[in-house]
Amino acid sequence: MNDLHDTRRLSADLDRIETEPYYEPVGGEVALFEAAWASRVPVLLKGPTGCGKTRFVEHMAWRLARPLVTVSCHDDLTASDLVGRYLIVDDETVWVDGPLARAVRTGSICYLDEIVEARKDTTVVIHPLADNRRILPMEKRGELLRAPAEFMLILSYNPGYQSVLKELKHSTRQRFVAIEFDYPRPDLEAKIVVTETGIDASTAERLVKFAAMTRNLKGSGLDEGASTRLLVHAAQLMRHGVAPRAACTAAISLALSDDPEMLTAIDELASAVF
Amino acid sequence: MTSAMRAADVLYTQAELEERLDDILCAALSSRRSAAAIAAGIAPLPRAQQEFVLGWAQVAAHNVAELGYQFTAQAPQALALFGRGGTEKWLLHALDAYDKEGLYPACAALKDLAGFKRRTDAAGEGVALTEVTRVLELFLRGLAGRRLQLEAADDTWTDTETIFLPERIACYTSREQNFSLYKAIAVHHWSQARYGSFNVELGPALAAYAEPGRALAWLNLLEAIRLESLVGRSYAGLAALLAALRPELPARLVAARERLSQADSSIADSVLLLPEFYPLPLPEPFPYMGSLHPQRAAEVRGERIAKERRALYTELEQLRQTAQAERNESQAGEPELDVDSSFDTLEFELQIDGEEVTPPEEVAKLIRSIIQDFGEIPEEYLLASGPGAYAAEDPSADEAASEVGESQAVGGRLYDEWDFRRRDYRKDWCVLFESDVLPGDPGYVAAVRVRYAGRIAQLRRRFEALRGEDRLLRRQTEGEDIDFDAAVEAYADCKSGVEPSERLFVQRQRTERNIAVMFMVDMSGSTKGWINTCEREALVLLCEALEALGDRYAIYGFSGWTRKRCEIYRIKTFGESYSEAVRGRIAGVEPRDYTRMGVAIRHLSGILNEVEAKTRILFTLSDGKPDDFHDGYRGDYGIEDTRQALLEARQSGIHPFCVTIDEEARDYLPHMYGPASWVLIDDAGQLPLKTADVYRRLTS
Ligand SMILES: Nc1ncnc2c1ncn2[C@@H]1O[C@H](COP(=O)(O)OP(=O)(O)O)[C@@H](O)[C@H]1O
Ligand SMILES: [Mg+2]
Repeated sequence: MNDLHDTRRLSADLDRIETEPYYEPVGGEVALFEAAWASRVPVLLKGPTGCGKTRFVEHMAWRLARPLVTVSCHDDLTASDLVGRYLIVDDETVWVDGPLARAVRTGSICYLDEIVEARKDTTVVIHPLADNRRILPMEKRGELLRAPAEFMLILSYNPGYQSVLKELKHSTRQRFVAIEFDYPRPDLEAKIVVTETGIDASTAERLVKFAAMTRNLKGSGLDEGASTRLLVHAAQLMRHGVAPRAACTAAISLALSDDPEMLTAIDELASAVF
Repeated sequence: MTSAMRAADVLYTQAELEERLDDILCAALSSRRSAAAIAAGIAPLPRAQQEFVLGWAQVAAHNVAELGYQFTAQAPQALALFGRGGTEKWLLHALDAYDKEGLYPACAALKDLAGFKRRTDAAGEGVALTEVTRVLELFLRGLAGRRLQLEAADDTWTDTETIFLPERIACYTSREQNFSLYKAIAVHHWSQARYGSFNVELGPALAAYAEPGRALAWLNLLEAIRLESLVGRSYAGLAALLAALRPELPARLVAARERLSQADSSIADSVLLLPEFYPLPLPEPFPYMGSLHPQRAAEVRGERIAKERRALYTELEQLRQTAQAERNESQAGEPELDVDSSFDTLEFELQIDGEEVTPPEEVAKLIRSIIQDFGEIPEEYLLASGPGAYAAEDPSADEAASEVGESQAVGGRLYDEWDFRRRDYRKDWCVLFESDVLPGDPGYVAAVRVRYAGRIAQLRRRFEALRGEDRLLRRQTEGEDIDFDAAVEAYADCKSGVEPSERLFVQRQRTERNIAVMFMVDMSGSTKGWINTCEREALVLLCEALEALGDRYAIYGFSGWTRKRCEIYRIKTFGESYSEAVRGRIAGVEPRDYTRMGVAIRHLSGILNEVEAKTRILFTLSDGKPDDFHDGYRGDYGIEDTRQALLEARQSGIHPFCVTIDEEARDYLPHMYGPASWVLIDDAGQLPLKTADVYRRLTS
């Protein structure tokens, strides 16, 4: 059998982040992350969707000058999707590393986004990598990959889900240092919206105020309020000439709910500030 | 004088009416169409309506007598359907038709009462509060960050937790405008609580005037001006809404606005302006303004303050203890708390020993609510000693070390109970008895099924979809798809001369959900009436849905009377099917006595833990008030015991989930249900449909 992974490995260069991704620190998370990296402890990012977890990881990968391998987990994602599999190429079977194996080999940062969505069997490969063994067993190849010092595993997880089937197992959770994310403070959030979109400060402040009002509705018919991501989307629409209220409806209200009365209420909240 | 009064009050007799109608309609009358029949219809109406009909009959007949005839014939029914305003519109619509299209279409228009009603309803002649309650409550919750209830009433005002507003608004022709007025009323009354209209005692200030009512009316107006400008500082859109609905301000009030629109203006500024305005004639009130009831608002505010102060104290105590535990030797005394807050934005920063701490969201809400009532967090709120009134009754005082007599325990099971003051369990403190619910009306479940037929079909479809989640089994000897990994390996094996495996297929298999759920239903006396009705309906819908899903489930009710008689009522055990007997017991679920929740959670957790399942869920349905008769379970003791029981359940591997119906959305809920996941349903009517939905989302 031919090993293709020598050539594949080069693709890790594609994962290298060249320019600094803008990230606005909201607390001690940068220092915490660096400490975890230095002590080779994996990190769990907890927090609602759209509050900057992915951006933070990108920023940290750049800061630490490591390639970043990101996997968005979904419910058909299995352990072999992460580790790798054989393919047939020109009548030959060749092994192709999965993203996790690739990250381990190249000493990259591997970010498994929304890990609870993945199949349960993925824990089999995550656990040995996440404790002090730091190994990736590749059963099919009969190979055992030892992670270099630079390798780092990061999971993200949204505790807002109410499904008991999607809770993160304690045995997994306890292997990680947790960093809690939440929506940034109003002044920081406005700054983020301005920096990301170039919208004027007053509009950004109104958007943030509007977001806070929708977050008050969490638990009263909304699972989540408007995230920073949605504010950025709305501001982008406004920058391209969409009227503020229409932008709020399109980018925020409709993203939060399908319930007509809830939509009316959210639109009314938008009209309180715009 | 007396004769004038009589003229206005006394009804026209049928004979008088007949005479008048003969005059007005003569050209349209014939032997088959007498005025007598029409007069008979009008005679029972109130005098004002009789006048109204006669007046408009003249107008109609002036066009052509036939129209007058048709109008008077239909008028009593029209009045009943549309009221006077609507009847007028209905007639004018017909006269319009006459002008444009002639007599026949005009008569048709008058006869088509139902059609006119349908069209006017659709066009939104007025808006009913019930149509917009949910939207407005959501809107207010977003705005205020705490719940404001809406209730229909003749007088428009707020007690700071409920806003009373008209049952219907039909001041404008368009639906949007009428809705805007509702919204303005809601905003204005929210702003009274938000910007402190009741934050000082107004009684003495008003009593100084000869006519306190007049002074209050002026104060209301000055406040409306102040509030509009404060609202405008943060919510331009809302201020514009208010301004558009009110009349132009006279010059004197424009001058007053200067003063009232300072960022730090308060109710005191309005009070200070009172002497200047009191002697002047009152201008027309703003349409959204309603009235002020300072006394009643002060009462509700006072209750909330006391409640929130205690809740905050409990929460801060926990933070304090955590901080204490993390301290080093050198630090003496209690950890020091400090809150920096802004009344403007309701933002705050909580510090413990000078370090910023982010409290849980529920605590943050509490703090923001207190800031709304005081403008800040009063210093004494942060003291370790806590509010004096906090010393709640001690259960052991009532029943000094009384033992559960042997005889009382016969047939019962003993359970420990958590005493938060001792930080320990009271051993064998509760006696629990289990029995079947007595069956109720055998036709009940069938009737609910009919009533909710559409919803049940929808629920079943949704739940079936859950069950239908497929899983791929790899490396099978047969299946509907090729397993490429296995095929590649087999291919490699072939090439290298090894015998390939025959397991080359993937098979789709239904995932075994392997969930067992215990439903624990509140049968305490406080569920009497509406809540109980909703609970039973919720159970029927749950059963229908779960039957489609195939999860194993049991249903038990709980209630009791002191720790010596804690009752658990079997409705459906895990072993039973959704049988006739079970349906009878669902119908028989009825309010009993008190709510000792902790022991019920412990007992049912025990039963649940005996079931083999990968995921176990304890799903409680209650009205959120742990309470028992006269032995101190009410209040903090019961809250802490319930919390502890949920913690125990959680530690044993159960997923506790609480659905609570609490019309008052009590502040202790987050703490009590903290160890569990929970949802609050603030309107029991939503229970039947929501419960099944909550369960579906919990397990998908
Ligand atoms: N702290 C932050 N600094 C910079 N941008 C941020 C920050 N937080 C949120 N954002 C913005 O929000 C968007 C969504 O954030 P993202 O990292 O994708 O969220 P998550 O991964 O938590 O779902 C980003 O693309 C960025 O525009
Ligand atoms: Mg993300």
